[in-house]
Order: sequence, then structure tokens, then C-alpha cells
Amino acid sequence: MRRIVILGAGTGGTIMANLLHRRLDPAAWAVTVVDRDNEHYYQPGLLFIPFGFYTKKDIVKPRSAFIPKTVEFIVSEVDRISPAANEIVFKDKSTLGYDILIVATGADIAPAETPGMLDGWRDTIFDFYTADGAAALAEKLKAFPGGRLVIHVNETPIKCPVAPLEFAFFCDWCLRRHHRRDKIDLVYVTPLDGAFTKPVASRTLGAFLEEKRVGMVTEFNAERIDAAARRIVGYDGREVPYDLLVTVPTNMGSEMIERSEMGDEFRYLPTDPKTLRARKYENVFAIGDATDLPTSKAGSVAHFQAEILARNIRRAIEGKPLEPAFDGHSNCFVEAGNRKAILIDFNYDVEPLPGRFPFPVIGPMPLLKPSRINHLGKLAFRWIYWHVLLRGWPIPFVPSRMKMAGKKRPAIDRKTS
Amino acid sequence: MPQKQFGATAVNVDDEGFLTDLSQWTRDIAAAVARDEGIAELTPAHWKVIEFMQKEFRESGQAPSIRRLNKSGVVTTKDLYALFPGGPAKKAAKIAGLKKPEGCV
Repeated sequence: MRRIVILGAGTGGTIMANLLHRRLDPAAWAVTVVDRDNEHYYQPGLLFIPFGFYTKKDIVKPRSAFIPKTVEFIVSEVDRISPAANEIVFKDKSTLGYDILIVATGADIAPAETPGMLDGWRDTIFDFYTADGAAALAEKLKAFPGGRLVIHVNETPIKCPVAPLEFAFFCDWCLRRHHRRDKIDLVYVTPLDGAFTKPVASRTLGAFLEEKRVGMVTEFNAERIDAAARRIVGYDGREVPYDLLVTVPTNMGSEMIERSEMGDEFRYLPTDPKTLRARKYENVFAIGDATDLPTSKAGSVAHFQAEILARNIRRAIEGKPLEPAFDGHSNCFVEAGNRKAILIDFNYDVEPLPGRFPFPVIGPMPLLKPSRINHLGKLAFRWIYWHVLLRGWPIPFVPSRMKMAGKKRPAIDRKTS
Repeated sequence: MPQKQFGATAVNVDDEGFLTDLSQWTRDIAAAVARDEGIAELTPAHWKVIEFMQKEFRESGQAPSIRRLNKSGVVTTKDLYALFPGGPAKKAAKIAGLKKPEGCV
């Protein structure tokens, strides 16, 4: 009996457990999933908590409920991977051998990476990337009398790169609904040169920020935070004052990856962008946020990767060459406020473009443009996530590889130097 | 593909002036790009960063992140900002003849 170990039972790990359970011969292969806890958060729901639309209990379920019964699920903290010995070493010193390893350990916020950030933590500095942070921020926002609310991205890459923009759009909308918008200045601070990394979407989303009277501070890299004086201090000497700071701290991979000496400077596992095999280890694969791939850290990406990874693991078992099939496909609903959302669909080579999705002309979802149906799509997605996506079933009409049909490149889509 | 003229040589660049082929890069081109970016003279400290970035790029196909430069001990982030004021990751990559760093999406 040979064994596949999946480290992490988040989006990517859970989908892989479901796919491999269905596709591998159970007499020949045992599948074991390991996580340090048994709480699976629907992470796209975190954004809704600070505004009171959801509470923590709306977005959490036991991880075990989504792991097939024939797959072993171990809740225990891993100390490190020992790739030379093909084994996992747990904190309690016990070990678990593997023939094939799938690293699906995700990414998390690392506020300690920025000097001073923890000084004001959950006093005047909040995150919304954790359930506790989002819940604390909900309380803070209710009581916030007014002043300067700064939405800050500390360092890229981050999980769900559009989330801080959505936060800004939601803030504007909720404050207007409660007639508090004129008491609060909204400022968006980013290390990027615009609202987003890619030019067409950056222009569209940047225009939204402007329309919603959100000030922009771009190409800002925080050296430290002076929590006592309530200001972010940049490496270039610029300072951004705030009354309330909603930050997306530096995101990093699991500390376990660092202890295993397998990661890059962000603790991400260097991974082949097309086959999803670890660059340095023949029998180690990676999925989702744990990789160093230049695509979004997002659940949709893990979902698209899963189908390709499952096929490649079969091929590895059969001794066939791996398929270089992953194209970086990512797909996100961006909440724009006013019960509308913007849909973007892109990959390694094609930036988010306007058009219709999933079918040309008929859509029904417009790309890169706010619409009610996209918002309904986002709300419906929570159900789809738990019942379709985690089970590893395909989403109808949305294949793993991006489709160009329906997308239109604007005539002038690049700024000239 | 657009080209940019440096003295007698024309090199392939992208729409923002980043070289698309590192093999066309020379130290003279670096100095000229640096002047365009407001850096009058490239000092040994600049060259140390440029050469490290090129080495990393040849190995991984990607320009290293600011965090990587800092962690590798080549240059502290503070010094990097002093050497390449403004957006150091982009500016240093442009001078080093690397393609524009793929902003992570």
C-alpha cells in the first residue's frame, strides 16, 4: 500500500482529497490529510463580517465534513517535512511516511513583519483576513466616530488581491447608507502604482475608487508603523496619518515550510507554474496559496489547479511525463457596493478584460463592469463552495483553462512610457 | 515590438521601456537608463544590486522581490530606497535590463 499525504485541508487540500479518493485505486493507494485544526473557513465571507452582513458562524464548518470517509484525516500540528526521508514529522515527534506529498498549507497574515504594526493591533490597527480580526473590526466600525480611515496593503503578493478594494467599496456604500460618509475620509494606500497590477483592470478599478471619493496613495512601502502617533512611515520618507488603520499585513506561507527549509523568502514552495510539481522534489506537489506562482492567491485558482494536479499525480504514478497544463487561470467576483459586483477572469498571460462570461455576447455575466447578477453570483458562491467546489465537482461552463471567447481587449489598453 | 536607441545600438523594449532581452543589455545601456530614471551615476553599491538581480533572473526567470534582496544580505530595504528612489524594485529591474517585474495579481 502506498500513501499520498495532503498537508492542509483548506480549499486546495480538500478538493484534492475528494478528487484522489475518486480516482485512485483504494487497494493500492491510501490518502491521508493533515491539518492543525478542524475549522474550515469560507474565506471570501470574511469581507462581509466587518459590515455586519455575516458573523463568524456563517462562514465556518468542520473540515472533516468535507473529507471523504475513506480518506484518513489527522488533526495534529506538523513540525516539518523531511523531503530526504519522505516523511512528515509532527510536533509530538511522531512521523508519517509518504510516497507522494501535496503541500496545500496556504498563506496567512504576518503582521509582525512590519515594525510597530502589533503595537496598535486591534486598538487602532485591524485586519479582516482572520475571522477574529474581521469580528473585532465590525465592533470598531460601529463605534468609530469619524476621521481618517486608511485601507492599507503592506506588501504584495496578498491573498485575494482585490479584497482591500472590495473593502473600500463596501465602506463607502455602508457609510453612505448610514449617513456617516461625510464624517469619514477614506484613503487607499498600496505598494502598487495603481488600484490593481494589470493595466486595464487597474484603470477600471481606480476610476471606481475616484468615483467613490477614496483617496489613493500609490507606490507606498511601509518601513514601520508609529502606532502612538497613528501614522504609517514609508521607506521613501512619506508618512500617512490615520485614525483607524485597516491593513492587509504582509502575507506569508506556513512557518512549517520555513522549518523544512523548502520555501522562498515568503515561505512559499517554489513550484513549476505549469505542472504544479515542486521544483526541487520529484514526489512533492503544491496547490493554491502555498505555491510561489505568479497568479492570484485565490480559491478559484486552487479549484482550477486541482483538476490539472489530479491528472498529473496519476501520470506521475504511471511513470508518464507530466502535462504542462496549468495556465494561471483565476476568476474573482469583486464586490462593488450597491448590491453590485464586478467579475474578472484572467491567467498568466491575459490580464482581466471586459466582455461577457461564461458565454460570448449572451453572458449572462458582464466582465470588468459592475452588475447585479455578478453580486448574486458572489452570494450564491458560498453555497457552491461548500457543496460543489470542495467536493471537486466541476463548475458548469467554467473549465480549468481560461477561455478567450467573450473577452475584448480595449483599443488603447496600455499606457505609453 | 518597440525599440529604443542607445547610441548606435537599438534594443527591444516593452511599452514602458523595460528590455525584453537581457542579452542585449550592456553597462552603457544601464547607465543611460539610470540617467533617464534620475540616477546620475551608478556607484559600486548600485552595481552590486544590479548584478545580484541579473543572477537571480537568469536562475528563476523573475526579478527578485525587495524582500528577497533584503533577506539575501545584498542590500537592506532602506538602502535600496536610497539607491533607487521611488519604486526601487521596478527601477532597478529596468536598469538591470530585466523584464518588468510581474506584479503579483
